[in-house]
Amino acid sequence: MRLLSRTGRSLRRTLIQAVPTVIGIVILNFLLLQLVPGDAADVIAGESGSATVESMAALRKQFGLDQPVLVQLLSYLNHLAHFSLGFSPRYNMPVGELIMARLPYTLMLMACAFTLSLVVGIACGALMAAFARRWPDRAMSLVVLVLYSAPGFWVGLMMIVLFSVHLGWLPSGGAITIGANLGFWDAVGDQLAHLVLPSFSLACFFIAVYARLTRSAMLEVERQDFVRTAQAKGLTPFTIQIRHVLRNALIPVTTVAGLHLGNMLGGAIVVETVFGWPGMGRLALDAVMARDFSVLLGVLLLSSFVVIFANVLIDLLHAWLDPRIEAE
Amino acid sequence: MTAPASSAPARSEPHAGNRLLDVRDLCVAFPGHLAVRGISFHIDRGETLALVGESGCGKSATSLAVMRLLPPGARIAGAVTFDGIDLVQANERTLRDLRGKRMGLILQEPMTSLNPVLTIGDQIAENLMRHEKLTRAQARARTVELLDLVRIPDPARRYDDYPHNMSGGMRQRVMIAMAVACNPQLLIADEPTTALDVTLQSEVLELLDSLRRQLDMALLLITHDLGVVAQWADRVAVMYAGNIVEKAGAHALFENPAHPYSRGLMGSTLRLEGGGHYTSQRLTEIPGTVASALHEPGCNFAPRCALATADCRIAPPPLRPFEGRQVACPVVTQPSKEADRVAAGR
Repeated sequence: MRLLSRTGRSLRRTLIQAVPTVIGIVILNFLLLQLVPGDAADVIAGESGSATVESMAALRKQFGLDQPVLVQLLSYLNHLAHFSLGFSPRYNMPVGELIMARLPYTLMLMACAFTLSLVVGIACGALMAAFARRWPDRAMSLVVLVLYSAPGFWVGLMMIVLFSVHLGWLPSGGAITIGANLGFWDAVGDQLAHLVLPSFSLACFFIAVYARLTRSAMLEVERQDFVRTAQAKGLTPFTIQIRHVLRNALIPVTTVAGLHLGNMLGGAIVVETVFGWPGMGRLALDAVMARDFSVLLGVLLLSSFVVIFANVLIDLLHAWLDPRIEAE
Repeated sequence: MTAPASSAPARSEPHAGNRLLDVRDLCVAFPGHLAVRGISFHIDRGETLALVGESGCGKSATSLAVMRLLPPGARIAGAVTFDGIDLVQANERTLRDLRGKRMGLILQEPMTSLNPVLTIGDQIAENLMRHEKLTRAQARARTVELLDLVRIPDPARRYDDYPHNMSGGMRQRVMIAMAVACNPQLLIADEPTTALDVTLQSEVLELLDSLRRQLDMALLLITHDLGVVAQWADRVAVMYAGNIVEKAGAHALFENPAHPYSRGLMGSTLRLEGGGHYTSQRLTEIPGTVASALHEPGCNFAPRCALATADCRIAPPPLRPFEGRQVACPVVTQPSKEADRVAAGR
């Protein structure tokens, strides 16, 4: 009950803070994108190769790009107020539909990569702390250093070479096997097989960060008095490590993990490109190339929602991990 | 460093069945620093022994050595026998079965000695589930009884509180409940009241003493507070720079401290009987610091001692029986006119 009321309070606070944040993000993004040279009409005209000044003016008029910036902004906000993300001149369809087709894939990739990085990172960190300064620690530190310093797309490419090309265990790209008519469980298996490599390449950097962080946090906690109290109770080293040390060490790790969610969304663009994953990251990249700002704004807005929502989850996790948060 | 050969016969020596803990020639070394320099003492069942001395004299190192909870890197030598079990030679598994079950430990700072993210009830119940093999529900019921035993009001509701919900005195009670959960034979209390308000100190000590009687425990009370010693201890061992300089009954020590260091300690304590008050009467102090004992070949206290003779600086004096107690000071135990004169002039 106490946890529930705490949760409710934390949710309410986050929502109140989220509203102005989102409005600020929309306006700022809109204004920033006005600074980018060129617009959708330029790109379309360039691609058609036979544009005249008149046809470009007609395009701009059609897309509403001939209006003053402030009028465009107000019109965009008006659309948002009616739960519409606007219309993409490039794809010739509503932005909302475009994004909704991509959002589940991005969420799936992020959720997998985030879980993977936390679980593997914390497990590695706990092992490293348990064997601190002995050879398993040193060997794992080396692996972690490699994961930390190798760029995600390179790790992704190398894994494609190893697991897809040489071993043939996993698909090299895409989100599902196209044209395969599978039953429910086979489809789930197919989906998971496609997820493994992209999630790992997205997660590898974060695995390294959380492993180092968990290791140092655990070594720090091990020096605390309550660990000695736990030892004085005759508990086994394993119980002490998991129940007393790790539990406390998770607090700084989840704090940093919350901050990393935004980074992970950014990293997803690269990974989605490498693996041909039909997520929002690639949509955003295409939108930038095509100067399709209404799509880009929509992607950025949705991304901010994803980050805010994920941060709420992290806050809840945090409140559960650290009862002292309530006291503040 | 290995255990001296003398430890083997010490173990086979028949104890008067009453002896619970026997420490002989205990040395504790931290890297680059010898904290305890060969001390011997014993505790009988149900008895309270106070280990007294100023900060850094090796009291805490001694208590942790008895529990074998010294940080990695610390080394111990000598013999520690607990109810017939050699704790120095015992393996980790034996020690784990003893800790919490037959020996309890209370640390100085209840704020940092409790895990901040677990409820106090779970932290106590953990001990019961480990040693008494109770189920979670049984352990909870027993924990509520224990919280009641240490006089925490509304114990059933307090079970789910976290350490930060409690006051310092309450937390120390929780620590005590945790330490006595499995009815240990020996309770080691390392400065249990130092972090508490003066008003709470006597309450906590009174609680410890009544629990000792109720549960028939022996208590190793580590403190620098002589007022505590006078009121609650049966016997006292005074430590200085890693050595025990005087062992005596609590009453005898207070009536008539023999070792110059003990005298110095008593002298620096406020006493009501004399009508003295720190505003009207100067407290005597012991000149110098413990640091001066480092690298001292003879008596550790010699550099700060008013009675020290040239002989004191040659070899460390052993404990010698003197007036029904043991004192490590040749000047006092073989009284000369000089010593009497200085003592009288104090």
